[in-house]
Amino acid sequence: MSLNFAEMTASALAEAYAAGATQKDVLDSVRAAAQTKDAAIRAYVKLEGAQPKHRKAEKKSPLWGVPVAVKDNICVEGQEATCGSKILQNYVAPYNATVVEKLLDAGAVIYGRTNMDEFAFGSSCETSFYGPTKNPRDLTRVPGGSSGGSAASVAAHAAVLSLGSDTGGSIRQPASFCGIVGLKPTYGRVSRYGLIAFASSLDQIGPFTKDVRDSALLLQVIAGHDPKDSTSAEVPVPDYASFLGKDVKGMRIGIPKEYVASGLGADVKKAMDDAVKTLEALGATVSEISLPHTKYAVNVYYIVAPSEASSNLSRFDGVRFGFREAAADALVPMYERSRGTGFGAEAKRRIILGTYSLSSGYYDAYYLRAMKVRTLIKRDFDEAFAKVDAILTPTAPSAAFKFGEKSKNPLEMYLSDIFTISANLAGVPAISVPGGLSAAEGLPIGLQFMTKPFDEGNLFRVAHAFEQATDWHKKLGNVK
Amino acid sequence: MADIDLKNVAKLARLHLTDDEIRHLEGQVKGILDFVEQLKEVNVEGIEPTTHPFPVRDVFREDEPKPSLKIEEFLKTAPKAKGRFFEVPKIIEDKS
Repeated sequence: MSLNFAEMTASALAEAYAAGATQKDVLDSVRAAAQTKDAAIRAYVKLEGAQPKHRKAEKKSPLWGVPVAVKDNICVEGQEATCGSKILQNYVAPYNATVVEKLLDAGAVIYGRTNMDEFAFGSSCETSFYGPTKNPRDLTRVPGGSSGGSAASVAAHAAVLSLGSDTGGSIRQPASFCGIVGLKPTYGRVSRYGLIAFASSLDQIGPFTKDVRDSALLLQVIAGHDPKDSTSAEVPVPDYASFLGKDVKGMRIGIPKEYVASGLGADVKKAMDDAVKTLEALGATVSEISLPHTKYAVNVYYIVAPSEASSNLSRFDGVRFGFREAAADALVPMYERSRGTGFGAEAKRRIILGTYSLSSGYYDAYYLRAMKVRTLIKRDFDEAFAKVDAILTPTAPSAAFKFGEKSKNPLEMYLSDIFTISANLAGVPAISVPGGLSAAEGLPIGLQFMTKPFDEGNLFRVAHAFEQATDWHKKLGNVK
Repeated sequence: MADIDLKNVAKLARLHLTDDEIRHLEGQVKGILDFVEQLKEVNVEGIEPTTHPFPVRDVFREDEPKPSLKIEEFLKTAPKAKGRFFEVPKIIEDKS
């Protein structure tokens, strides 16, 4: 059989299994595709030698036998988990993340670790210790970040499904740049146990997929309460597939005026305008809403996220994990030198920012104030969801940018997450779906839907209806 | 303009920076702090801070022993270990 299984969706793969495909055929095919494609794209870190992990499970989950690539910050027992950083080189995880346990229990196969910005600090995958991943649509452009490798692997058909993590847009923005579907679940929907922490009040693990159905299938497996993560929610997990194919007649969709007033680029504006027409034709009602405090989201984020990160990253001190600067002969210099050599430039920038924001004399002015504005942002969403069922925005201000275009100016890079950060601050679920192509270069443009907390069902419902009414997700075949 | 003593912050963070790094970071960090200072224009009087999107609570469990990874498993991840311990450079100075 010479079928290319890597090009399939998980649901198509389930049909192939039902028709007699073997797990060996599928894995051989996906491995070959990953190795061939990765020479140009470099979506994976150390793909060679990575053994697929699976356990014997009954064929009852739709993900049985489906290979899933995981971001390099998710722990898989016996595999290196380096967060794209020098400081974690040679760290071998002694246990599985809960999402990995759940996937293995469902019969899925873990294959491949994907590249990322160091410790998920970045929006372009350029800060990885391993070097950048390239966008499969255009190798001169970034795949987005921080989960750039997870996005590029699926978009290039070098993976069927992948997992990433999203702290300020790190799933949705690369999904947008690579022309696939990326979901950030509600905070607490998916266990963070075994996800190497960046900002604990913002981080969520979520799926990268070729279509909305696969996103629902993958979330179904990884969602749910976990006693090992005290912030995971004890909220029942509905049958997400039952929301697919439901019509959106009468569904109320809001467009935040603040998001469109800020002068969208022509391509992004056109994608938004077209989406409104599509949704109205499907019977949804589209109206303008206001999220007045979201204009401060990036400001709040660059206090809250580095503060939490500087605290989380204090554990990397050359004692218990990874890299130690051997030359230092006393304890404190050993800490300082190991961290100074082990962390890259962006990680250092964030550690400094966070430490400063939390330091005595500045805490009230920075961290406390940011947490209060976060309350106002969250309230904006609560008020909006009293009036509408879903919110539609662009995912990113532009299509994928070129390497080096924003990496010299951190602030400019930070602003590429301007539309995605609010969802993390408020904890609401958000999905990016393909919504158009740029006029000049034919690069993917993503659109973002958000719903109220734990309402991923309706998020899939509207995203799926939109996807089925358009054909942007089918343009995935045109990768270089 | 934000005022920041980078050397002191780096010391608090136990992070060694070269002079070159300090020069680079100074301007960048000031730029970012000036940007986040736009938050000063928001009226936050009487607003409670949000630490987590949803209320977090202490989670208790019975104090019962359960299987866990062996000490050796964790020591394997350390750059240096001896016996049942992580090994670090000398902490206490010799008395002369």
